[in-house]
Amino acid sequence: MTEAVQPVEHAERRRGDRRYRLLQALLLGLRAGPALILLLLVVVVSLTTPVFFTSRNIGNVFSQTGVIAVLALGQLLVIVSRGIDLSVGATVALSGVVGAIVFMHVHSTVLVVLAVLGVGLTVGLCNGLVFVLGRVPHPFIVTLASLSIVRGLALWAAHGTLIPGMPAGIDTLGGGSIRWLPYSFFVVAGLAILAVIATTYLVWGRWLYAVGGNPDAARRSGIPVGRVLVTVYAISGLAAGVGGLLTAGLLDSGSPTAGDLAELDSIAAVIIGGAAFAGGRGNVGNALVGAFTIGVIRNALNLHNVNAFYQLMAIGVVLLLAVEADVVRGYVERRVRLARAMRAA
Amino acid sequence: MTPVLAVRGATKRFGAVVGLDSVDVDVHAGEVLALLGDNGAGKSTLIKCLSGALALDRGEIEMDGRRVALHSPADAHNLGIETVYQDLALFDNLRPADNFYAGRELAGPRWLPRSIRVLRRHEMAQTTRTTLDRLQVELDDHGAVGLLSGGQRQGVAVARAAAFASRVVILDEPTAALGLRESRRVLDLILRLREEQKAVIVVSHAMDHVMEVADRAVVMRRGRKVGELVPSAETYTQIVSLIVGGGV
Repeated sequence: MTEAVQPVEHAERRRGDRRYRLLQALLLGLRAGPALILLLLVVVVSLTTPVFFTSRNIGNVFSQTGVIAVLALGQLLVIVSRGIDLSVGATVALSGVVGAIVFMHVHSTVLVVLAVLGVGLTVGLCNGLVFVLGRVPHPFIVTLASLSIVRGLALWAAHGTLIPGMPAGIDTLGGGSIRWLPYSFFVVAGLAILAVIATTYLVWGRWLYAVGGNPDAARRSGIPVGRVLVTVYAISGLAAGVGGLLTAGLLDSGSPTAGDLAELDSIAAVIIGGAAFAGGRGNVGNALVGAFTIGVIRNALNLHNVNAFYQLMAIGVVLLLAVEADVVRGYVERRVRLARAMRAA
Repeated sequence: MTPVLAVRGATKRFGAVVGLDSVDVDVHAGEVLALLGDNGAGKSTLIKCLSGALALDRGEIEMDGRRVALHSPADAHNLGIETVYQDLALFDNLRPADNFYAGRELAGPRWLPRSIRVLRRHEMAQTTRTTLDRLQVELDDHGAVGLLSGGQRQGVAVARAAAFASRVVILDEPTAALGLRESRRVLDLILRLREEQKAVIVVSHAMDHVMEVADRAVVMRRGRKVGELVPSAETYTQIVSLIVGGGV
């Protein structure tokens, strides 16, 4: 009897091992998904549009994606912490407007830069403090309110119109380039390196992922959850300030309507990059991949003379696919856990 | 022999509800104490008080015969008391080493503010592996804890407590929701903690597990201690009778 049972058990175990390996491979594929999709997109667009892979056009893509990428870096931290920041687009506008007003009165590049970044940091700090100290259940409402307040402030301060003029240095940063590579590319690269250091090598980064993964356990472990959340929103605001600096430089002015819907682009970039909307998961590289995916889609459709509203739809479809991929990933992870328990039994 | 941890006259009220009513419990080094009782008996309230999550209204907590104050989980950690709650309080998105050191990361340099110190990642990973090996918790993957089986997750949580608990480990329902083989591993882990001269308090509804690992059992009902026995085949019926409300 035992002799008959053993081969059946072995066959069952082998099948289990095969299923486990298959699930692991599927999980690996889903993790690499965002980068593979971007790669595929680049290959397809290069084959269908010869002009795409010219240095000038690549420079265009970098230039158009710079602000989204900077905002996405801040938004990534917020989403990893289980939050959302809807105010970044409005902050881009207000910081640029304040910068332009400061430049009207004082022709100092340093003061303008400090004003622009200071506005971003202040808005972010306010978001974080209201969310944490006000014990608001979710940051959606807080940042939705600040979106409205900040956009209103920008329109009020600029009297609803463009305020022309920015220091030459900021113009160069936002609109200049070294041969075909825009300066904004270096800003994005610098911020990305700082973000990788903060999230991977510093204690703060570990706290961020712990808070996003399990806030209750983080509290019980003695992690200063409130402090982590305030800094996350402050950094996101500061990133929006940098976005404001690049936009103001590109436009050579402060525009109260700048950054319109940029908050949605930044959220889309982070989610397309495979971050979990439920928090605790996401990384800098993939957030940039998400931002450049949006940039490449827009650029490709522009090159094909496709109307702008189709671009919105295309990005919406990619976003839905990314969210669905996250759902599938959660399902596969549960199956892996189950398969592991079966192997242990 | 002086107990490692003792609670005297522990009383805790939640409005009109009595959570604990003059409870006396103690546990010695190298001993496994089982806390038994039906739902609402006060077991969870007692372990929350012992782990600093709740403050007693009245009563004293002593460590090695000296009165101590437990105002927060951090106080308990500092005294060498670690608790594994039923939800395990793990970070599914992080690796075992990150789970081990959450909130007490090894990092430097010390002159920097704590949040911007650089993690000593290699050292944390190495120590975690050593602890898991010592307690014979087998992991086939040191990736995210969320991908581990229930037993492996329980193993990581218990090993984390064991790594930092110099004196007392408190386990709330450690074998609930585990299969036979995985429960066996957790019970072996508890016995290893006893061998390491740790005082272990186990809250469990699984009587056969209690019988196997516990040196002593305290039975609670409606916030009161109603009995204290040495678990054995002879006392099994008495313990069950105390839990459900009969006499000894």
